[in-house]
Amino acid sequence: MSSDAVGTTSLNSSARVEAARLGRGLSTLLRITRMNLRHPWQVAFAIGSTLIAVILQLLIPQLLGRAVDQSQTAIGGSVTGAAAERALWISALMLLAVSALRGLFTMAQNYFAEAVGHQVAYDLRLACYDKIQRLSFSFHDRVHSGDLITLGMLDLDGVRMYFSTALVRALLLTMLIGIGAYTMISTDPVLGVAALSFVPFVAWRSSVTQLRLRATWLDLQERLSVLSRVMEENLAGIRVVRAFSAQAYEMLKFDRASKNALDLAHDQVDVYVPNTSAMTLSFFFALGLVLWIGCNKLIAGEIRVGTLTTFLAFMTILQMPVRQVGLMVNAFARASTCGSRLFGLLDQDITIRDAPGARPLEISGGTLRFDNVSFAYSGTGNSAVLKNITFEARRGETIAIVGPPGSGKSTMAHLIPRFYDVTGGTITLDGKDIRGVTLATLRKAIAVVQQDAFLFTTTIENNIAYGDPWAKEQRIERASESAQLHNYILGLPAGYETVVGERGASLSGGQRQRLTIARTMMLRPSVVVFDDSTAAIDAATEQRIRATIRRLAKDRVTIIIAHRLSSLMHADQILFVDNGEIVERGTHQELLAKRGRYKALYDLQLRPGDDIAIAYRGAP
Amino acid sequence: MAKEHASELETESNDDGRRPPRAVVGSHRIEEEMFGRAFDKNIILRIWAFVRPYRAMVVISVAALLIFIGTQLLIPLIIRYAIDHAMTPAGVDRSALLTAAGAFALAILGNFGASYTQQTVVAKMAVNVLFDIRRAMFGHLQKVSLSFMDKTEVGRLMSRLQGDVNSIHEFLETSVYSVGDIALLFGIVFVMLCLDFRLGLLTLSVLPALLIIRIVWLPRAREAFMAARETNSVVNGALAEAIQGVRTVQSMDRQQVNFILYDDKAHADLRAHLIAARYAQVMVPIVDGLTGLAMAVVIVAGGSMVMNDRIDVGVLVAYLFYIQRFFDPIRSLTLQYSVMQRAMASGRRLTDVLDVKIEVQDKPDARVLSPETDGSVEFRDVTFGYNPNHPVLRNISFRVNPGETVALVGPTGSGKSSAMALVHRFYDVQRGQVLIGGHDVRDLTQESLGRQVAMVLQEPFLFTGTVFENIRYYKTEATRDKVIEAAKAVGAHDFIMSLANGYEAQLGERGGNLSLGQRQLISFARALVADAKILVLDEATANIDSYTEMLIQNALRKLLEGRTGLVIAHRLATIRGADRIIVLQNGQVIETGNHDKLMAMGGLYSKLYNLNYASFDDLPEEKLDTTALAGSRT
Repeated sequence: MSSDAVGTTSLNSSARVEAARLGRGLSTLLRITRMNLRHPWQVAFAIGSTLIAVILQLLIPQLLGRAVDQSQTAIGGSVTGAAAERALWISALMLLAVSALRGLFTMAQNYFAEAVGHQVAYDLRLACYDKIQRLSFSFHDRVHSGDLITLGMLDLDGVRMYFSTALVRALLLTMLIGIGAYTMISTDPVLGVAALSFVPFVAWRSSVTQLRLRATWLDLQERLSVLSRVMEENLAGIRVVRAFSAQAYEMLKFDRASKNALDLAHDQVDVYVPNTSAMTLSFFFALGLVLWIGCNKLIAGEIRVGTLTTFLAFMTILQMPVRQVGLMVNAFARASTCGSRLFGLLDQDITIRDAPGARPLEISGGTLRFDNVSFAYSGTGNSAVLKNITFEARRGETIAIVGPPGSGKSTMAHLIPRFYDVTGGTITLDGKDIRGVTLATLRKAIAVVQQDAFLFTTTIENNIAYGDPWAKEQRIERASESAQLHNYILGLPAGYETVVGERGASLSGGQRQRLTIARTMMLRPSVVVFDDSTAAIDAATEQRIRATIRRLAKDRVTIIIAHRLSSLMHADQILFVDNGEIVERGTHQELLAKRGRYKALYDLQLRPGDDIAIAYRGAP
Repeated sequence: MAKEHASELETESNDDGRRPPRAVVGSHRIEEEMFGRAFDKNIILRIWAFVRPYRAMVVISVAALLIFIGTQLLIPLIIRYAIDHAMTPAGVDRSALLTAAGAFALAILGNFGASYTQQTVVAKMAVNVLFDIRRAMFGHLQKVSLSFMDKTEVGRLMSRLQGDVNSIHEFLETSVYSVGDIALLFGIVFVMLCLDFRLGLLTLSVLPALLIIRIVWLPRAREAFMAARETNSVVNGALAEAIQGVRTVQSMDRQQVNFILYDDKAHADLRAHLIAARYAQVMVPIVDGLTGLAMAVVIVAGGSMVMNDRIDVGVLVAYLFYIQRFFDPIRSLTLQYSVMQRAMASGRRLTDVLDVKIEVQDKPDARVLSPETDGSVEFRDVTFGYNPNHPVLRNISFRVNPGETVALVGPTGSGKSSAMALVHRFYDVQRGQVLIGGHDVRDLTQESLGRQVAMVLQEPFLFTGTVFENIRYYKTEATRDKVIEAAKAVGAHDFIMSLANGYEAQLGERGGNLSLGQRQLISFARALVADAKILVLDEATANIDSYTEMLIQNALRKLLEGRTGLVIAHRLATIRGADRIIVLQNGQVIETGNHDKLMAMGGLYSKLYNLNYASFDDLPEEKLDTTALAGSRT
């Protein structure tokens, strides 16, 4: 990355934890709910199934109680054995049917709830992808790529889980406890209250536990990511570690990070376990209470054994869902924070886009002109990176830009395809302001060959054809020939099918740059900018590349940004830039004759060591 | 709805020109075998070695677990006891009811204590083992040969240190619970049979049905889950690619094409997840149906037994309680099978790393290289190759005197960097000797050797942290003044002070917020603080623009003052400043002498110099390409 780029900021981790604790954002939750409602059938099926499943679920204790009573009545002799037997069979079959149906509706409930979540995740994925692809460079400069990836993975998951683990579960719990409490208390108020007595305690502890775990979980993630970073940097920088024999120090670093994470992991256990154990205890306590009161009532003849069975069975059914109150609360909190982060991305303004009424670019003369251009990165204290830059390049001409690091050379390159918009002055193509044409046509016409361009993990062929994936093979080969890459590729075992990129075959810096050049030549641009893109290519090869490109490119403007003077001596005009301003301009010969900054650089590079002092005056 | 969309996409992809032939997004991920054999004795033994230190904890947790299971089995029995005594036709037995209450209280307290102990101990033990395994691996990686590290991707190692270690953790936690599940299953069966043998047998008959269904279901479901995981990683990979390559995507105007391709992947992911959800949920009605069946059996059979007075009604109630717990162990035990398979596959990958041989090791009687060493470096008849059959250095001999600066020059593949690596004993020589201060490097401790040989590499690697921490690095005792002094000496002070927080400025990932040249200056300062007798510069000034180069030239002079210097460089300015130049070709020394002498000689050096390139980097690349293809490293 050139020093022109502004520093990156990442989402503050403690702020994230804070946001999680607060768990605010009703409007976020409403917005997620609206997204869910975009799949109305599945939502309706999920909710309908939940209602039916809950009612069936609550029938089971009643049926069990009835059956137990039926077996009892026979003993009393009030009914004949055959009739009792038949009643038992009916109860058993009803129980079987209700259980099976409950299973089916629970399945439907879970399936449709999950399906809604996955549909929403799919919608969000596409929306995020589209947004990320279109957000301007200044956004990507500012936001760390790792944070965006987290957003698209973890935060998206948090929103996905909202419907099934928050909304549907809330509905289920309300129904289960509500209807259950009503039937129980109306059957026997004392037993009913006893049976429900554990519910508030468990719901409370479970919510507290989950929220606390959530906070520590985010903390733990943070500490684990420190640990991963220590390990990852150690492995990636293993040569440095070895070079300094710093293994012992690195182990120390590891142990510190590791202990930090381990301690918190133990803390988590200490939060979690006492609470789950206490919840179980409270449940059993309530069960004991029901049993005690129930037995006493049984003795007093106030209830029958079937009723007691109903109560006990009801409690067992209630136990699991009540314990999940915490998960539900957590799901709400998570969805709210994840959602607000995700919507923060989706609501970002795309600062660089087609102006209303933008027209497709039509190149006629092919003249590029900078007219009094100034530029400052937003949010960096607004110190100008470029000041009053004016120059013109006609079709067929080559303009070279040279200057110390940080002088604004790359920024000039980035303004032409509107990676950033100028803050003053205008850039025109054939006299038309580039802000008045559509971005798609502008970027097709203007190609910037970046210094450390990104290669995609796919074949060399696909990489070269990246900008024109419909291209014929011959064109791809010609482009790679012009970048002096064809012979090298043929020498590879898999030729053009060789997979390169992040995890593909490793190419040398020069080979990567030549691939990037080939990729750019495929676009047939009207203006091509080489942004220090030949630094890793040896001078002789570079000359050959340039010769080919020049032959092919009589009808385009070429702009070369380079440190190596041999790369740019032949240009029609050389601009020496320092501190955002053009300080010298002219042809190679003219500039040498001037005996200024350019001459000093020339001397330094071609006859090193002798005359450093002159060059130093201009050094940063 | 999903289906409609899918078919719509399918027809599109056939005749719609918008999906170009050569376009893919996110096409590559690390693919690894997820499942191994469910049981591998060797791997269990290896894991056990890490669990051994905590075996007391294992014993305690299993004991607590059994108590926990015991109380769970007991509670329905107490309920049965209470009901039966409350129902005694002969009259009410108050004392029995009190006994039941007392027993119940004891049982739930025991349950509480056991569950508390068991959960805490298991969770902490498993997490301790996790961290121990990770530490062992990390420590091991600090010692294995650099050639192993070179050919192994960092991402792959990280997935060992994270994913694989985690699946062992999961395995340990669930293993203890599996013991509990088995105990619970047998306990329930036992108690049911004891309460009434015939009724028990009848009820248990539904158990095999579930077992068979699970066995049929499991491999299919797992396939669906794996498919969903796979598509998920594809989608996330494509997203990551879009984020990292966003500048290229925008400048090539690929947004639209990529969006369509991403939609395909996202939609495939949606479909895979819906299928997986179907598989996961289909078990719900089966389990519920079988539970209902078991209850129906108990009601019909048990109910008529109650009527015939063969069993008490309490037994019936207890049965209904047991049935509700009945299927849980089977569900978790079948899941445990997958966990074990995954753990064995991970375990094998972990042991693969732990078993990488450590090639360079301190001798038992290794000596400490004194900081008072004179800092001379001598190669005596050294032969070395990464592959013993293809030596990259052949019978090399040369000596660098204390305080002297020697430049190594030669085309790519001539063995310069390999020679430098031997000075630091990154590798051991095949034949001959490398001597530092008169001692064979193999007789010295690696740590003391490293303290006296500082290296600055071509890629200036910086760590996350402040500028200060980076310059100080492992020399934690170095004072602030010393750090600033070093930074001033190499000419880094000015730009550091221009950063927002000066020396406390936080560096981004790999120092990304600094230019390459600035990063290199910091790494020079780091080497200066390390204060070694011998300084090795391995192409430390390549890839740097002329402006920073000027700064670095000065820094170099400062750095080499009073030290022995071994320099691999491309820039003629750097090379000309050396006391002596050694020219290497094909692993052999072909010329030695200072600049003037070598020029007079008219050999390879003068030829290179006369080509009039500012640096040896500028040599035509065909030569580099051919040597690179031969697979040799410098």
